Amino acid sequence: MATFNNTDVAAFKDVWVFCEQRHGKLMPTDFELISEGRKLADDLGVKLCGLLLGDSVEGIAKELGGYGADEIIVCESPLLKDYTTDAYAKVICDVIQELKPEVFLIGASNIGRDLGPRCAARLHTGLCADCTHLDVDMPKYLDFLRNNSTLDVEGSKWDMDDRNLKMTRPAFGGHLMASIICPRFRPCMATVRPGVMKKLPFDQAKADAVQIVKPAVSLTVDDLHTEVLETVKAAKKLVDLIGADYIVSVGRGISKNVEGGIKLAEELAAELGGVVGGSRATIDSGWLSGDHQVGQTGKTVHPKVYVALGISGAIQHKAGMQDSECIIAVNKNDTAPIFEIADYGICGDLFKVTPLLTEAVRAAKAAK
Amino acid sequence: MKIIVCVKQVPDTSGKVAVNPDGTLDRASMQTITNPDDMNAVEAALKLKDETGCMVTVVTMGPPPAMGMLRELMAMGADSAVLVSAREFGGSDTYATSQILAAAIKRIGLEPDDIVMCGRQAIDGDTAQVGPQIAEKLGMPQVTYVAEMHKTGDTITVKRMLEDGYMTIKVQTPCLLTCIKELNTPRYMSVAGIYSTYDKPLDTFNYESLKDDSLIDPATIGLKGSPTNIFKSFTPPLKGAGVILEGDGKETCEKLAGILAEKHII
Repeated sequence: MATFNNTDVAAFKDVWVFCEQRHGKLMPTDFELISEGRKLADDLGVKLCGLLLGDSVEGIAKELGGYGADEIIVCESPLLKDYTTDAYAKVICDVIQELKPEVFLIGASNIGRDLGPRCAARLHTGLCADCTHLDVDMPKYLDFLRNNSTLDVEGSKWDMDDRNLKMTRPAFGGHLMASIICPRFRPCMATVRPGVMKKLPFDQAKADAVQIVKPAVSLTVDDLHTEVLETVKAAKKLVDLIGADYIVSVGRGISKNVEGGIKLAEELAAELGGVVGGSRATIDSGWLSGDHQVGQTGKTVHPKVYVALGISGAIQHKAGMQDSECIIAVNKNDTAPIFEIADYGICGDLFKVTPLLTEAVRAAKAAK
Repeated sequence: MKIIVCVKQVPDTSGKVAVNPDGTLDRASMQTITNPDDMNAVEAALKLKDETGCMVTVVTMGPPPAMGMLRELMAMGADSAVLVSAREFGGSDTYATSQILAAAIKRIGLEPDDIVMCGRQAIDGDTAQVGPQIAEKLGMPQVTYVAEMHKTGDTITVKRMLEDGYMTIKVQTPCLLTCIKELNTPRYMSVAGIYSTYDKPLDTFNYESLKDDSLIDPATIGLKGSPTNIFKSFTPPLKGAGVILEGDGKETCEKLAGILAEKHII
């Protein structure tokens, strides 16, 4: 496309969100990103558009309006039924070159993180991976820094007119945070970590009012260089860590009796009405399946209560759970870093403490 | 047929990580390791070598000390190695890095039956972007999150993991695969491998040796050419210290449950 000049920054406007669907169903992250995109679009004074690809998916588009999208761009083709890098990247790059969004957000799922870099490389623009915070407005960004950094915000000089998207993400396992910008190229692209952005309440009137736009899709079988033979859903029901209000996680501390430790965690989780999670060590050792993992390389969670049993609190684990409303830690070692962020700590053997805690919770609930 | 494996030397963030007062990482105080997912990519390549007798070349971009890592990977069984290193390449973001590595792979030479393999992501940046971006720059198909792979002729069938299951995907060579730890268990260096590693070729590609490639444009590589820049880096604050309750018995647990109930947390 000869007319596509990605350095003509002023020619790009609107905030776009890639709305991932699997088997014709929207992903929960779509609603989180539409909600977050609404905030950015309002700050920039532009439109918020969802970008939905698939085969006969127009029927599910309106729901996205209920979370704040003004418009849904629906690209349909039988070749878009299953996700393939080639087909999705081609259709998305074509429509971006034609309609020129300023900001393009993608959920950082296993599909989003396959698609995002491929598109960014083709469009010659910047992409920031797995973001946990986004801002365009400087006063809002500085508020964020005041609450979430050790920087001397008042003592530093800032360009208050800066309108670049500031994409903040953890680096080095959460030891450092970095805010990334892409000042010279458009669109500015980010993949956004699932479970982090807050979903707005659903508004039926907005869902009914959303505009559907259907650009022509130019895609042939020759554009695809991979073939999906089958898509298999995990037979076992996966644990829903992100939606849980109560999470009881286990760490290396259960090593002397793995099954027993997990059972105690399950009993406490059942009493609280929650689910069981685990540190990276428990997943790497094969004690729990990967869907239980909390942390930098696992899931980011912010439940009402997070109970850490025998978890030392490596920074990579803390990165995934430190925003929990109430953190309870049980650890034999009173110098374990988990106690630095715990609201309540008990220094003791989890095999002794956990059943007592389960019983005490049961009694306290019964007494209410 | 050959396999080119892209690897990265990274600080070991699983141990103690030191941060300088200015918010940058104190790399000098940290151990370096070969990025864990990259080890799975190397192992997958060596397995194919065991089966087919193909050649395996490991390539990394980084400062000269990364040569030690390349020697170790050749002691595991890789046949040759390339270090891509130049001041002009420093400060590259994932986009710029992928252009440089793609140029290096073109210089190594890519045949129709070759495979490029990468780890899913590096533990220092956790971006998972360089693999797909190299594939785009080389104009070849990619499959990411590879947990199983089988090669028959020039067709590779892979199991590609999703959060809620997996896809089985068929792809032709040349292609790029990014590997996850479920794929295999990396082997150790062998004694014979260690003896022979210094007899194996280790090339260095500097700016001069790659600059004729159209991908190597000072406007699109290095710190200045990278599309993304760091606006600000900072350390997160420690959460205010909580309370460590006295004791570890029944009374302590009842006290805690009482506090939670009182605050309507349970």
